[in-house]
Amino acid sequence: MIEVREITKHFGETLAVDNVNLTVNKGEVVGFLGPNGAGKTTTMRVMMGLLTPETGTVRVNGKDLWEEPIALREQIGYLPENTPLYEELPVIDLLRFVGRMHKIYGRKLEDRIDEIIQICSLSEMVYKDVAELSRGYRQRVGLAVAIIHDPPCLILDEPTSGLDPTQIIEIRRLIREAGKEKAILFSTHILDEAQKTSDRIVVISRGRIVAEGTPESLAKMASGQKSYEIEFIGDKPSLLSKLSDFVAVTEEEKLMDGWTRFFLTSTNDLDVSENIFNAVVSVNGKMRKLIPKVATMEEVFLELTRGESTAVVTTKEEAQA
Amino acid sequence: MRKALNISRKELKVYFESPIAYIFITAFLVVSTWLFFRTFFLMNEATMRGFFVIVPWITLFFVPAITMRLWAEERKAGTNELLFSLPVEEWQVVLGKYLAALAVYAITIALTLPLAVTVGLLGQPEWGVVFANYLGTLLLSSAVLSIGTFVSSMTKNQIVAFIIGVIIVAGLMIAGEPIVTLFLPTAFYPLAEYLSLSNHFSGLARGVIDTRDVIYYALVVFLCQYLTVKVVRGTKVK
Repeated sequence: MIEVREITKHFGETLAVDNVNLTVNKGEVVGFLGPNGAGKTTTMRVMMGLLTPETGTVRVNGKDLWEEPIALREQIGYLPENTPLYEELPVIDLLRFVGRMHKIYGRKLEDRIDEIIQICSLSEMVYKDVAELSRGYRQRVGLAVAIIHDPPCLILDEPTSGLDPTQIIEIRRLIREAGKEKAILFSTHILDEAQKTSDRIVVISRGRIVAEGTPESLAKMASGQKSYEIEFIGDKPSLLSKLSDFVAVTEEEKLMDGWTRFFLTSTNDLDVSENIFNAVVSVNGKMRKLIPKVATMEEVFLELTRGESTAVVTTKEEAQA
Repeated sequence: MRKALNISRKELKVYFESPIAYIFITAFLVVSTWLFFRTFFLMNEATMRGFFVIVPWITLFFVPAITMRLWAEERKAGTNELLFSLPVEEWQVVLGKYLAALAVYAITIALTLPLAVTVGLLGQPEWGVVFANYLGTLLLSSAVLSIGTFVSSMTKNQIVAFIIGVIIVAGLMIAGEPIVTLFLPTAFYPLAEYLSLSNHFSGLARGVIDTRDVIYYALVVFLCQYLTVKVVRGTKVK
């Protein structure tokens, strides 16, 4: 189990990570979602002890990063962003090196390497130098390096970046598979990926956690905000008074031909198109357009990561509920 | 310690998987042997003194060539991030890398032993002096290797690491020479002479093993490795 508490980190004047809290439980895959430069990599580096934050603590299975950094790193398999690997070494030697650093030696090491090569489908690449590998194979070697000591926790920084669709599906499958018994935190800037792979999504923007929840709850939050566009002609004040019972008018626009366009939003989960229609009929008005718009997860994500928004508050509450 | 040695093993693998080590060893042997035999037969004396006069100056250029990649390459490729995400202490990595570079140099020096054998066949060298000279060469290069690794830890650029390394080592080599001391206030003479890498070598070159010289070299090694640990602690990511 990974626990990150109140991590804050500046680079010079720039606030990179602002009071970040994160928990990843055993058997859980958490997607760390945010646009580029949001602070995902910095947070992960702090968790590995590669960067020193100004405040905050990191605990992994009860090991404190400041008190037992070595013991903590034994618990974690880490895949750094862009998968830096020793280019000059053959894959097998790289795996042996990392294995020995995890105190796996001799027969046990060779057996484990065989196993890892099977899991990551690397059998054809074993004796090739890392420099000769394609992007997809590099990434698999990176994963092999991360899981060689069978760690209870995995921290993967953009594990699918630069891969083709088939490889992405393969890596996602590996993550899901491993996530059954491990605590996994993986970062991505692709919403779809976070939705498909994680049990829980944590959204970070400008160094702050802005939303947290299961993919379903975040999607529900998205569908919870419905908006409608209508074009109307007739008795405007009485229509507005009728509408105010169930929708809010966010925008009103007079059109050239005398019609008026309204943008309405509803916080109701249910479709209120029919109610809008009935309201128009009851005031004897005419309507030539009624377009219900459902905010997609994409839009919610954009909204969340754009900066300060009211959505932040509601989501956080929802996540806690 | 086992982890440190595992780091050495990996570094040695990199040295010998790539052409670096072979080029280094060959170039060192060719240059040193050629310079040595150029004057050896003229002197008509079975001594290796000429060889050990050349060695410090070859060391000056060759050692930074071994050490320049040790940390700079790591930082440039971003592999330090991978390295320090492993359960290993900074000092273990620093020590491991240093020992690997030392091993490459020691192998090279060991390969000059046939020279000593040749000289032995041609005459009667003073073996005690030859031994002291080999010891001196190892001590001197240990210190220079340590300076080189420290310089390498401060940059991402291997060329910069090489040039700065050569400049610092050259400065310390000539620190005790008149060319430097002439421009220093008298009070600094002893300091400059003490700091000189070559002054401490000259005693060993005469066959005198003085513990003060050994301590000096050990201090340089320790100090530079200690500083390397400090630098590395702050530069674990690209």
